Amino acid sequence: MADFKYTKDHECVYVDGDIASVGITQHAQDALGDLVFIELPETGKSVVVGDEVAVVESVKTAAEVYTPVAGEIVEVNTPISDELELISSPINENGWLVKLKISDASALNALMDSAAYDAYLKEID
Amino acid sequence: MTNAENRGLHYEESLLWEKEQGDTSGVDLPPLENMPSRTGVEQRKTIGLPQLSEPEIVRHFVRMSTWNYSIDHGFFPLGSCTMKHNPRLNEKVARLSGFAHAHPMQPVSTAQGALELMHELQHWLAELTGLPGVCLSPAAGAHGELAGMMTIARAHEQQGNAHKKIILTPDSSHGTNPATAVMCGYEVRSISTKGTGRLTVEAFKEALYKTDDKGADIAGMMVTNPNTCGLFETNILEISDLLHEAGGYFYCDGANFNAVVGKVRPADFGADVMHINLHKTFSTPHGGGGPGSGPICCTEELAQYMPVPTVIKAEDGSYALEGVDDRPTTLGVLKAFQGQFGMHVRALSYMMSHGADGLQQVSEDAVLNANYVLKQLSDDYHVPFDGPCMHECLLTDKKQKEYGVSTLDIAKALVEYGYHPMTIYFPLVLQGTMLIEPTETESKETLDSFIETMKNIAADARDGRADKFHDFPVSSPRKRLDEVKAARKPVLRWKEVA
Repeated sequence: MADFKYTKDHECVYVDGDIASVGITQHAQDALGDLVFIELPETGKSVVVGDEVAVVESVKTAAEVYTPVAGEIVEVNTPISDELELISSPINENGWLVKLKISDASALNALMDSAAYDAYLKEID
Repeated sequence: MTNAENRGLHYEESLLWEKEQGDTSGVDLPPLENMPSRTGVEQRKTIGLPQLSEPEIVRHFVRMSTWNYSIDHGFFPLGSCTMKHNPRLNEKVARLSGFAHAHPMQPVSTAQGALELMHELQHWLAELTGLPGVCLSPAAGAHGELAGMMTIARAHEQQGNAHKKIILTPDSSHGTNPATAVMCGYEVRSISTKGTGRLTVEAFKEALYKTDDKGADIAGMMVTNPNTCGLFETNILEISDLLHEAGGYFYCDGANFNAVVGKVRPADFGADVMHINLHKTFSTPHGGGGPGSGPICCTEELAQYMPVPTVIKAEDGSYALEGVDDRPTTLGVLKAFQGQFGMHVRALSYMMSHGADGLQQVSEDAVLNANYVLKQLSDDYHVPFDGPCMHECLLTDKKQKEYGVSTLDIAKALVEYGYHPMTIYFPLVLQGTMLIEPTETESKETLDSFIETMKNIAADARDGRADKFHDFPVSSPRKRLDEVKAARKPVLRWKEVA
């Protein structure tokens, strides 16, 4: 099963088997403006839903990225901290920030799918 | 640097190190020749500064000073910063010899006038806030915040409340609020104000009771009132009652006090401790023009914990500085001596020259001016929260964004048209915010001229001239800066490392 899910805080998660890739949505990127810095965590750290897994800093503001799923951080996208433009690539290609080995997938059910997220964006606009 | 770069009496200026040329002498004296040393010291050492003459140095700094923009140049509508006029009467009083030449180490008996002035200032601040304990020593707003939060931490420590670990603060707060709470060892929990611009009792309760149904783990809250959206927190009384019930203290951020001086005493809406930015509310100069000053005011209960010194009046009418030995429950000393005395003189001059009624009118005029700007611009710009506002008004770029013009573009256009921009992208609760605080000292003509400029910018955006915006400012000494490059690849040395 491979799938994109979205949070109300504009994180995007791509689930492939027991691995979840976490990144931020296009809407989040537009809202942040030009990025200047991405801070990534150490691998090996266990996180629960809502824990901070990255910080994305733009010329306007700094925003924490929270994980929408519990698990262990197994990989971080090191190249992205030098090549910030990669963030605009799809999460399942080069646009992800961290990859988690999912320990508890239950929280994923509460997330929005693509259609629901689009509707949510219209609602908050 | 050549003369060719100086145009229209506008000067380019190189670094002092680049100005030094060849075999000149300035701060170091030239070598002595044919003068036998009578002290045994044969060699003069250089001290490593550029060899320039006094007039060269003076011109360097004066030229650079012409690049500044200040409240003395023109309108400065920086929201949440209260850039108000600094009355020259304050300066005259601060220069009186007895004040200007007082030394912090002279015997207290010879500085009774200075202490009396500080005692009087404490009295005015206590009257205006309703909080009787006053410590004048903090040297800036953020320092005052730290003093206030350390007072709360000290109180919990003395009362054995180690389990109280959480400080609540709205998501619209000044960034210094959560930072100060963390500095004091607390965990920060955000209260959502999304969509309302104000604290609601529901959102507050949700944060208060999140991990304990009585809020027993809550140490306090930090709230700015009026808040950073320019709105008065209408539910603050109910909220502070709930907080006090849970055993928490209410730290009121005094950054926006200019809107309510003489109208509301923060103690009456539940504040336990607050700081006052003398440079915002009471017209002492902001940075550059002099050091800041951020006294704190607190309840009688918290007064025993706040920093020393406080000026006290003895029964015989003499004044003294209260030290650690006089009040062992204090958290201690936070600042050398008694704080920025020169600012105390200016602030009290301002208070006494306005009087109680004058200070009240200051607040009224500040609020009136902000509402005038809000009303005049409400057709051209998106107004996220309906007015009336307090001393500052909040707009966003929602309407201009449709034409590819952002808040940053609007701010840069203002620079092009000769204005210091408003505060942009703050508060963070909305996208593309612009926070405009005109202050009470601006005339209707100044406001109208600014409003006209803002309207013209909105019209240019509507007329599809987005391209023009992306280059602004074009007439300033430095054009549009590459902010991404400045943040990512800052040049931190004046020349390459050899």
